[in-house]
Amino acid sequence: MKSGSNLEKVLKAGHFAFTGEVGPPRGANVEALREKARYLKGMVDMANITDNQTAMVRMSSWAASMICMEEGVEPNFQMVCRDRNRLAMQGDILGAYAHGIRNMLCLSGDHQTFGDHPQAKGVFDIDSMQLISMVKKMRDEGKFLGGADIDVPPKIFIGAAANPFAEPFEWRVHRLAKKVAAGADFIQTQCVYNMPKIREWIRQANDMGLTEKVYILPGVTPMKSIGMARYMQKKVPGMDVPEEIIKRLQGVDKKKVADEGIKIACEQIQEFKETKGVAGVHLMPIEWEHKVPEIAERAGMLPRPVV
Amino acid sequence: MIVAERKPFDEIKNMVSGYKKILTVGCGTCVAVCLAGGSKEVETLNAELNLACGKEGIEFGAETLERQCDMEFLDELESRAGEYDAFLSMACGAGIQFLAQRFPDKPVLPAVNTSFIGVNLDVGWYEEKCRACGNCVLDMTGGICPVTMCAKGLFNGPCGGTNQGSCEIDPEQPCAWFQIYERLAGQGRLDQIIKLSPPNDWSNQKPRKVIQPGYEARVKARG
Repeated sequence: MKSGSNLEKVLKAGHFAFTGEVGPPRGANVEALREKARYLKGMVDMANITDNQTAMVRMSSWAASMICMEEGVEPNFQMVCRDRNRLAMQGDILGAYAHGIRNMLCLSGDHQTFGDHPQAKGVFDIDSMQLISMVKKMRDEGKFLGGADIDVPPKIFIGAAANPFAEPFEWRVHRLAKKVAAGADFIQTQCVYNMPKIREWIRQANDMGLTEKVYILPGVTPMKSIGMARYMQKKVPGMDVPEEIIKRLQGVDKKKVADEGIKIACEQIQEFKETKGVAGVHLMPIEWEHKVPEIAERAGMLPRPVV
Repeated sequence: MIVAERKPFDEIKNMVSGYKKILTVGCGTCVAVCLAGGSKEVETLNAELNLACGKEGIEFGAETLERQCDMEFLDELESRAGEYDAFLSMACGAGIQFLAQRFPDKPVLPAVNTSFIGVNLDVGWYEEKCRACGNCVLDMTGGICPVTMCAKGLFNGPCGGTNQGSCEIDPEQPCAWFQIYERLAGQGRLDQIIKLSPPNDWSNQKPRKVIQPGYEARVKARG
């Protein structure tokens, strides 16, 4: 065991993992956060706790992670390179580990111009690839990035993100290989809508032997409305929403669009369950945490394994 | 070259208010080439200032030096400096500071904002190319700077926000790492970026000095 996190145990035992996501509040509203977390308890193997997502200030991801732990949900502490330099990062990793956090997701972070403080100085002292490698060095060598010994190294299960859809597509699998080489233990992908493309990307990863070295969890986000689908298609960088998805949502009664969105998500999860090289699914129901129990049930993800 | 832009006129006008006689000092090098602070721009600025500040009775003199980043040329102002109660410099930030250092008793006001180290795309059109980070990796990245041209300055890009060849921050801004990939693929040199690029040494975080080989003794002698 590298970390002994629940996610690591579930994956190592060969179960199909199911992870969720909780966005911390835009304030110190602990009750709102606890409520979100409660929907996920027993439904997922762990939940990502986002870090100032879309560059909007929120409760810090490590603090929100601890509150989720209190609610019985294992957190995946997200860390972006936008807001901290290498000193703050290493300090927060030690602090998070000291409080029982065992999973991390290492990300570049959306550019600060997207958020509510567009004048902010983006730190980007190190990039996401270098962050992965730094966490690995801290864990496996017991050394800080600067080379000094760590007195009790943090044993973290190291996560990274991948966008299998962005151009140049032929480079994406090599970038995945780079993250694996840097030390990623598991990968959560961008929301998947283009199934042919992810099949091809997984095939490439299988061919390169990457899926034997890293657990891949494709991202699934159910469409709540046609408006959301269009927004994702046109406005969100790096997102690939084929027209067929929108047509399918348009093809059902207005009141049934959200249900159709969940149906599409469940079909995706089913396919991933049967796909060689896929170790689980990462469910990202954006501000739809209360729907997680229903989605988990309909996708046949319950009960969650206890390892 | 160093590219600069003249400050908004009202800002300059407010800065000069209260002085009686000001020498507008242009610079004949970078800022002249990028049409921000050469002799022509000194003339234009003074004409505008005379018009706007005539009532206040401020007088504006003009002088454009070869370079404000060189003491030898700053010395040329010695004989005239006494006539003026302030300098309005149109040089880059380096020139302005050197001018202030040369005449420490004299208020020195900046008339331009120094923008970046860049290139000439066309007359009056410039693009940033270098952040002077101090650790050039252009060999690895196909001659495209990831520190300057990537909005996140990534060394192992592109990030997940790369958008059909554009940067996530702006569809008009090319994704540097997309371009790096294309160029290296074209040259058959993708092996350059397949390895993990380690964290950068940001030595540009402190004031830097360069002494070229062979000049160490001379520098030491000057103290």
